[in-house]
Amino acid sequence: MALPLLRVREPLAPGARSAATALAFLLPLALWALVSYVPFIWHPQVLVTDPGDSAVPGTYDFIAANERVDVASFELRNEELSKAGAKLAAGERVNPIYLPAPHEVARAFYTAFTTAPERRGDYWLHESLWHSCQIIFWGFLYAALLGLPLGVLCGTFPLISQLCEPFIDFVRYMPAPVFGALAVAIFGLADAPKITIIFIGTFFQMVLVVANTTRQVEPALLHAAQTLGANTRQLLTRVVIPSALPHLYRDTRILIGWAWTYLVVAELIGEKSGISAFIYQQQRYRHFDNVYASIVIIGAVGLLCDQLLAFAGTFLFPWQSAPSPLARSLREVPRRLRAALSGAPRAEVEVSK
Amino acid sequence: MSTQLQLPSYKAQSAEVAARFSEIKQRPVVLDIDRLGKTFESTKGRITALKDVDFRVHRKEFVSVIGPSGCGKSTLIRILAGLESPSNGEVRLDGERTSGPCKDRGMVFQGYTLFPWLCVRDNVTFGPRMAGMSKAKAKEKAEAWLDVIGLRKFADHYPDQLSGGMKQRVAIARALANEPRILLMDEPFGALDAQTRAGMQSHLIKVWDSIDLTILFITHDLDEAVYLSDRIVVLAAHPGRVQEVIEVPVPRPRDRSQFLSPAFLATKNRLEELIYGSTGGEHMTEMTHAGP
Repeated sequence: MALPLLRVREPLAPGARSAATALAFLLPLALWALVSYVPFIWHPQVLVTDPGDSAVPGTYDFIAANERVDVASFELRNEELSKAGAKLAAGERVNPIYLPAPHEVARAFYTAFTTAPERRGDYWLHESLWHSCQIIFWGFLYAALLGLPLGVLCGTFPLISQLCEPFIDFVRYMPAPVFGALAVAIFGLADAPKITIIFIGTFFQMVLVVANTTRQVEPALLHAAQTLGANTRQLLTRVVIPSALPHLYRDTRILIGWAWTYLVVAELIGEKSGISAFIYQQQRYRHFDNVYASIVIIGAVGLLCDQLLAFAGTFLFPWQSAPSPLARSLREVPRRLRAALSGAPRAEVEVSK
Repeated sequence: MSTQLQLPSYKAQSAEVAARFSEIKQRPVVLDIDRLGKTFESTKGRITALKDVDFRVHRKEFVSVIGPSGCGKSTLIRILAGLESPSNGEVRLDGERTSGPCKDRGMVFQGYTLFPWLCVRDNVTFGPRMAGMSKAKAKEKAEAWLDVIGLRKFADHYPDQLSGGMKQRVAIARALANEPRILLMDEPFGALDAQTRAGMQSHLIKVWDSIDLTILFITHDLDEAVYLSDRIVVLAAHPGRVQEVIEVPVPRPRDRSQFLSPAFLATKNRLEELIYGSTGGEHMTEMTHAGP
């Protein structure tokens, strides 16, 4: 090959980039399909279609129709049956129930949403998912409402940093789930303790991350602002915050990921709820296709959310890096709207002055 | 080739230049640097960065500070701006002792310190807005300054969309929009390429000439110092102290053709001697002959 594929820190061509991104998903999928559809790769079990002459006694006479048994047990049973001269058992090689094939999971994407819950009182998948999103939203919102300002203050004023950060550093080593029992005792069984766990899981990390990011603000910008006459409050609101904001936004995107990791723990304390409860139920009914579908949905929701935020970022921080053509044209929309809407009235105001 | 150019003494001033200096000395003192000292405590013990630095800048004067690396130029200008405090002595602005940064001492930094989240216009209005000026009035003022630096067309651009020279022009306009009593410039053209730098020097002289502006300018470029300044304060290193204050005998208005004038070369020669300890004379003139 003329061009080596691996080149140190050489940016990829756009085509190669998209291809690699597609492969990132397609390769694991291909591996999964290979294991699922090609029998000799794994398929360690036999799904018994006909147990043969079940009257013949033996060590392996437990096998019955529609059961999954190890290949070894199945073969030993057939030995027993053939010695007795009885009808042999029949079956097909399958993977364990916990590894459904891609098409089964794909089907579950649809059926999981359309299948009624097995028990009355249980939730549909979309209800569970919506509930989870709400838990994440509120837990993260509270953490951000407190954590962002506190982190910015810590990153700006060494005194506040020294007053807060040592203790926060200490608390953040305590895994959020250990507060589960406490949260239930204080807030009861409903959503409050779950939101609390998300809050604890993200808040302490957030303060430290935000403080660190805020400390990265270019000191030269602060000096410049000082020589331009900015006072302490103005340095904070007019320099530190706008300068750190795009980076804080990026931090926030990463921290939402943290919130998702605490979601499962949070939903399993007290009264099980949300997507985790759904997965837990489906696992008990051995509907592993639904389990996989739910897990993939969590990933998809997280990824979608992050990509939306990334896209929104190009509007929020127009001075940062070149935006995509789509973002650029969309960014023009509010300006044109404003021009169209306020053209005449603004002219009047100026005249009246 | 041992032709030795006969240079006049750098102290020789034409009648016109001498008259200008005696007139400058009549003007009020804007910045009075009074026996300034700065010591740092380090692991290796106490380091004296500045010792008894003492000079004055008169109104509408252009003073450069030059010196070898380690002479404390940057420390000096940071103290003058109020970003650091002196260990001894004091800085007086129009007779008043200064402490901490304030808008009366504007500063232009070597690095581009424009606020990247503000467009060019909003960068220029930053100072007036901090002082509580209304948005409309500040905008009007900014446009006037953008005209002065010739960047009105770029008012809505973000700093990252500008070249290095343009950024520094905006930084100058931003500092001037505050109408400071003195403009401190810390190697403002140090990061620019030679051509842009030459353009910026001429531009700065023009701006300085057209308004009531006092400038203290730090540089390590000898040509730049001679070309721009009324007086040049030469610092020596270890500890940083004033070695000599030179009155530049090159008449104003200045232009780049004066770079090869005897007065210019004599001054540059003297700077070379003071800063690099060269014996000057022959070496310098030969270099000059080889030049354009």
